[in-house]
Amino acid sequence: MKVADKKRLLREMLFARRFEERCYESYVERNIGGFLHLYSGEEACAHGVLEAADFDNDYVITSYRDHIHAIKWGADPRKVMAELYAKETGVSKGRGGSMHLFDVNNRFMGGYALVGGPFPLAAGIAKAIQMKRGKEISICFLGDAANNQGTFHESLNMAKLWNLPVLYVCENNLYGIGTRIDRSTAVVDQYKRVSAYNIPSAQEDGQDVEKVYKAATKAIKHVRSGKGPYFLELMTYRYRGHSMSDSNAYRARAEERMWSKRDPIIMLRDRLIENGQLTKKEYTEMDTEILDQIENEVIAYANESPEPHVSEVGRYVLAENDPWVRGGVQ
Amino acid sequence: MAEIMFWEAVRRAHDEELANDPMVLVMGEDVGVVGGTYKATLGLYDKYGEDRVIDTPISENGFTGLGIGASFVGVRPIIEIMSVNFAWLAMDQIFNTAAKVRYMSGGQLEAPVVIRSPGGTAHQLGSQHSARMEKVFMGIAGLRVATPSNPRQAYGLLKSAVRCNDPVIIYEHELMYNMKGEVPEQEYFHPLEGSEIVRPGRDVTLFGYNISVHWCLQAADLLSSHHGIEAEVIDLYALSPLDRAGIRDSVTRTHRVVIVEEAEPMVGVGAEVMAIINEECFFELDAAPVRVSALNMPIPYNHSLEKAVLPDANDVVEAVRGMFGV
Ligand SMILES: Cc1ncc(C[n+]2csc(CCOP(=O)(O)OP(=O)(O)O)c2C)c(N)n1
Ligand SMILES: [Mg+2]
Repeated sequence: MKVADKKRLLREMLFARRFEERCYESYVERNIGGFLHLYSGEEACAHGVLEAADFDNDYVITSYRDHIHAIKWGADPRKVMAELYAKETGVSKGRGGSMHLFDVNNRFMGGYALVGGPFPLAAGIAKAIQMKRGKEISICFLGDAANNQGTFHESLNMAKLWNLPVLYVCENNLYGIGTRIDRSTAVVDQYKRVSAYNIPSAQEDGQDVEKVYKAATKAIKHVRSGKGPYFLELMTYRYRGHSMSDSNAYRARAEERMWSKRDPIIMLRDRLIENGQLTKKEYTEMDTEILDQIENEVIAYANESPEPHVSEVGRYVLAENDPWVRGGVQ
Repeated sequence: MAEIMFWEAVRRAHDEELANDPMVLVMGEDVGVVGGTYKATLGLYDKYGEDRVIDTPISENGFTGLGIGASFVGVRPIIEIMSVNFAWLAMDQIFNTAAKVRYMSGGQLEAPVVIRSPGGTAHQLGSQHSARMEKVFMGIAGLRVATPSNPRQAYGLLKSAVRCNDPVIIYEHELMYNMKGEVPEQEYFHPLEGSEIVRPGRDVTLFGYNISVHWCLQAADLLSSHHGIEAEVIDLYALSPLDRAGIRDSVTRTHRVVIVEEAEPMVGVGAEVMAIINEECFFELDAAPVRVSALNMPIPYNHSLEKAVLPDANDVVEAVRGMFGV
């Protein structure tokens, strides 16, 4: 990876962190409602994988922890924040909320709230690509606990059976809400579970964006070359609670301290500084710029945007004026 | 116009839609090599190949979700769920994804899938193969629900459903696949909304759908010949959205109503039609509406018990006689 790209990734990940932490504040200020799941600590997963993907062609789908995947896949951060603020200018017009970001023009195919729901949807997108004989691929990010859903097994089976171009990325942050993985899951190494379907897989350090990028490059090459699905497990940790209502009481402080030493942003920053590719001053300036941008552009946009008109509450339930509803003889 | 069987009509719609658009596909358990449990896709595997007439694993939620995902990006899947009882397993993807994705994406995504499923109570299939699930689908905003009572509708509803950009549930009756009926020889698209007057009459309206339309027609003949009561029979082939105007107009003509459903009465078509009548035309009524439904219980295996749970034409006749005091 070129130095310039590493620095850009550092900036993107720092932006992601500051964006999420600002969401936290906005939630406390009651500008964001509902459920809010933050990605702090896991930034290297989405950034490393999607850096290796084809930004102009590939499809991305994920769970409710979706802000950063959407932004990395081209969604305007102002419109993401506006969505969290339930505004008409939000990516989903204020109808979706934090868990349901969509930016279909950029092939960001959504955030979904049902654990395991996107597994078959991603396989379906891959089926469509296959029918069109496209070179693009479908990329699905989900958590570790999602792998205990039936859809995991059903989708892996079909993806392998029909050789679908889909990459499943497991962001293994060791918990499903408050249940630690070894208390919910018989086989703790997730990459091993897919061997039952004869799907190639790998486990990688999800805190090191360069390692993620490398592993994802290999995985994506496999999928894009027509060899069928691939499963990439990334070992990571979320620094916040599962959602805003989570006290985090179930995690040992020692465990948290251990993972905080493996902060993906600090790790990359320090490496760049050690190699003489970045100065502390540059980093501080970058951070200040990002904080300014979030306050003056992102938050300001969300604040100033209008809410949806209540008169339009009934739109988007069914297709508008679909001629086939009326039938007829052709 | 040619007379063909119900299953042939469904098969013809599949065939034409597969031929019309290379992005149409059919998927489900045993729809390929076998040609469908009720022959709805007979011969189409050989004609269109295994990539478009797809035998799926027994993974209802998985393959339904896969079809929905494919429909996000240009594919037009016709998903067959082998028996409507198994649709419960796919309810997550139907309810949480197909029905809601247009709304929660602010209109950016749509899920133009057709989900076809045979259901109803056939002969002695037992409690777990006798579900009548129309009420469940009707209760989900964001879906269209259609149910054919004859081969013409079976053909035309499926054709329109494939072209329509909303997710459409088509609920077919297992006892009707061998029923014969006329289907236009030219291509025909049946409306996905509205209702049909299948028998005119001035004294009472019998609302039916799917198999109960036939019970209504039999009852109407009996009422006419034995009691001189002329019943109007309305076929509610579109269960969601329901034809409010059609319901109101008929009640305004006849002022008396019986709703006939194969399902249990709780939270069903009868309850819904009564609510619509209350809202639209309560003061047109000369008598309290009556619903003829199944008993509120699982379907037994024993033939006599099974018969006792389900309504039939005689129950409809009795309901009307009670209403007229004859
Ligand atoms: C079908 C379903 N069951 C339960 C829930 C409640 N729930 C939301 S997130 C979650 C844990 C998921 O953990 P994981 O898949 O590891 O993802 P993470 O939140 O750790 O990123 C649960 C149980 C849900 N949203 N959907
Ligand atoms: Mg987790």
